[in-house]
Amino acid sequence: MSFINTLIDGNEGGLKHESMTPMQKIAMRFVVIGLLYYGLAAVEGMIMRMYQITPLPFIDETHFFSIMTVHPMVGIFGSSYMIVFGAFLFLTPFLMKKPIYSLKMANLSWITIGGGTFIMWLAGFVFSYAPLYTLYWPLPADTAQFAAIGGIVYIVGVVGIMIGTFLYTYNIFKTIVYTPKGWDKQPSGELLKSALGITGLLNFFRKKDTEHLVPLPIAAIARGTIDVGLNAVVISSAGILILIYLIGNGLFGMDLQGSLVDALLYKNIFWWGLDLVADGLVLVFVAGTWYLLAMMISGKDLYMQNIARAALFVEMVVSWTVWSHHLMSDQGQSNFLKVLSGEVVTAFELVTQGIAVFIVLTTLYKAKPIKVTNELKFLLGGILGFMLAVPAGIIQADLGMNRVLHNTQWIIGNHVHVAILIGLTMTLYSAIYVLFPILTNGVKLYSQKLANAHFWLHLIGGIGMGAFMGMAGIDGMLRRTIYYNGEYNTYMILAGLCGAMILLAFVLFLYNIIMSIGLKGLFGIYAPSKIDTHDCVVKAKD
Amino acid sequence: MVDSVDVLSTLKLVYTIYALAAISLIAWYAYRITQEGEVKTARATVFWTYIVTLIIVGTGLHFLTFNLVPWVPMDLDRANIKAEKTFKIMYKDHVITVDKTPMMVPCDKYVIFDAYSEDLTYGFGIIRKDHTLVAQMQVVPNNRNDLMWIFHKNGTYDIRSTEYSGPKGAHMVIENAIVVSGCQADDIHSIK
Ligand code: HEM
Repeated sequence: MSFINTLIDGNEGGLKHESMTPMQKIAMRFVVIGLLYYGLAAVEGMIMRMYQITPLPFIDETHFFSIMTVHPMVGIFGSSYMIVFGAFLFLTPFLMKKPIYSLKMANLSWITIGGGTFIMWLAGFVFSYAPLYTLYWPLPADTAQFAAIGGIVYIVGVVGIMIGTFLYTYNIFKTIVYTPKGWDKQPSGELLKSALGITGLLNFFRKKDTEHLVPLPIAAIARGTIDVGLNAVVISSAGILILIYLIGNGLFGMDLQGSLVDALLYKNIFWWGLDLVADGLVLVFVAGTWYLLAMMISGKDLYMQNIARAALFVEMVVSWTVWSHHLMSDQGQSNFLKVLSGEVVTAFELVTQGIAVFIVLTTLYKAKPIKVTNELKFLLGGILGFMLAVPAGIIQADLGMNRVLHNTQWIIGNHVHVAILIGLTMTLYSAIYVLFPILTNGVKLYSQKLANAHFWLHLIGGIGMGAFMGMAGIDGMLRRTIYYNGEYNTYMILAGLCGAMILLAFVLFLYNIIMSIGLKGLFGIYAPSKIDTHDCVVKAKD
Repeated sequence: MVDSVDVLSTLKLVYTIYALAAISLIAWYAYRITQEGEVKTARATVFWTYIVTLIIVGTGLHFLTFNLVPWVPMDLDRANIKAEKTFKIMYKDHVITVDKTPMMVPCDKYVIFDAYSEDLTYGFGIIRKDHTLVAQMQVVPNNRNDLMWIFHKNGTYDIRSTEYSGPKGAHMVIENAIVVSGCQADDIHSIK
């Protein structure tokens, strides 16, 4: 078959979108947009990488920082949220063996998150709005530095993302507890208790265990989704506050600076909310996804199921109480909080994540010999990512180390990018490889060689970039700063080469996927499905 | 006396060894699970030993730094420590102002860098001539931001805003802002 034919029709006939169920289509819609936004984040990352070797003449300082502002937002919300939400909106009804609560709501979720991310990105691209994602008060409302309109567009975009997030949260919980039309009444309360881990917790005090009504991955999805919802409340509140100041101060010239908002209190609330994402849903979702992948790859039950459930619950509670590790270098923050929340509670993330690593590796080991597949390779890569990034986080959450590591490239290299690019993204790639045949009704991958190249380039590039950034950080290179005299050029050139490997890996992956499903199939995903979900579930039940 | 160069070079060494060990472990594991052979499931004692080890490592790090890194006990007990000198540092409109440059710091005496911002969140970093970091803190507007420090080596240091405060923040540097004298040893990383 010629190149053009494969490109249009896909590998061996490619994706037949006409035979896809609505849920398959919705999941694919999320994932495709999530992957495109990942590409955008990687391109932005590479622009910054080059800028850190030598400032690029066509990008001024303000625009450089506006790229830095939108880059993590595009990466986290446009890409990671989209891929995770798409997968979970598919898996929740799939594992609960009932139709999703609302298809319309699911469709609206990807439209609002995808659209919101684009609007938020425009605020950086068109208006050079650059308060960075941390939005330290009163920077996001500083109209002396940024045009108020830029901030307003940014917040409108974020509101879109949050609306989609609330819809996702509601849809997931409703799907777990509701009774589909014509079905026997479902025990909603018990289902909710099981999903949240309350059943498991009560079992510790009961003589006879109550049965878990939801499978383990659903428990992980539900617990992570609680954090998603809580985080959306915090971000929305910050958004409203910023909007009030931007409109009052920027558009109507009212002097609101310095009034009411205490910058340290704001920072505490902001990080409390943000850690629900960084330390909560990421770790909970990732652990849940690992468990599911380990069971699917090994074909065995999970080793130590009960411990896994308990660890997920502990992780959720831990994620509510660790925020002070972001304020270890804030002198106004109380020492009590720094030690208890910042150091001691944070140390338990090593334990909860360690439990997940142990359980997954043992589950897979029990099924040996295992065939080397893409999903297995990426899963092991994802586990390695967290084995590297979590200890790096524990190290920086220490009063002694934070004094010399805070705001250096160590934080954003060894910890953040290794966690996101190796830990999270490789886990997501593993899930994509597992779900690919399920979502596409068995489309064959175009090239295994390309899949191998994707794996190695991404793994080596990601670890390498994190390592060189980390070494620069140890040698004093700050994050969020421009160095004009090439002070850290050796590290930055090496990090740049590794960044280019990650970008190339993504281009190869995208090419492989497009050649597998074909452009026809790709666009067909966005056409309405001709199949009724309820019929599929009835068939499956029969 | 241990300084940040010692702490950070130990970190570089220890973390590099750990990272290589973790990578090797996963590579070895990946090879093992593809091989035929007897499957022995981990006993519960192995699991619980592993968990206890994680707890000891996670919390033990803080005991270790409390005992080895001199600025940790100083930070925790600073309400009871009397400083020899206090230097006031003002932040406004992306400009750092100090009463007098250089700030002359006596050796082996506690001093306080007392920073105040009237507008945005900035950072206060003490930087060596080879760009390595001596110490830093956040400078949160209208809040207390006072860093107690003690120097044991002679040297000349720059100060720099270490937190993003807008694009102009990248230029907030005062070179040779701190001079430490009177010590027996020199800070070889920060001699002008
Ligand atoms: C090829 C891929 C990527 C490259 C080359 C890259 C590169 C960079 C660079 C150069 C910075 C600025 C570091 C600094 O000087 O402060 C940065 C910041 C950041 N990146 Fe990435 N990145 C990539 C992918 C991602 C993805 C996919 C995400 C999220 C899902 C992400 C999240 C972040 C975050 C949270 C920051 C911190 C921004 C801040 O300090 O405000 N990155 N990245």
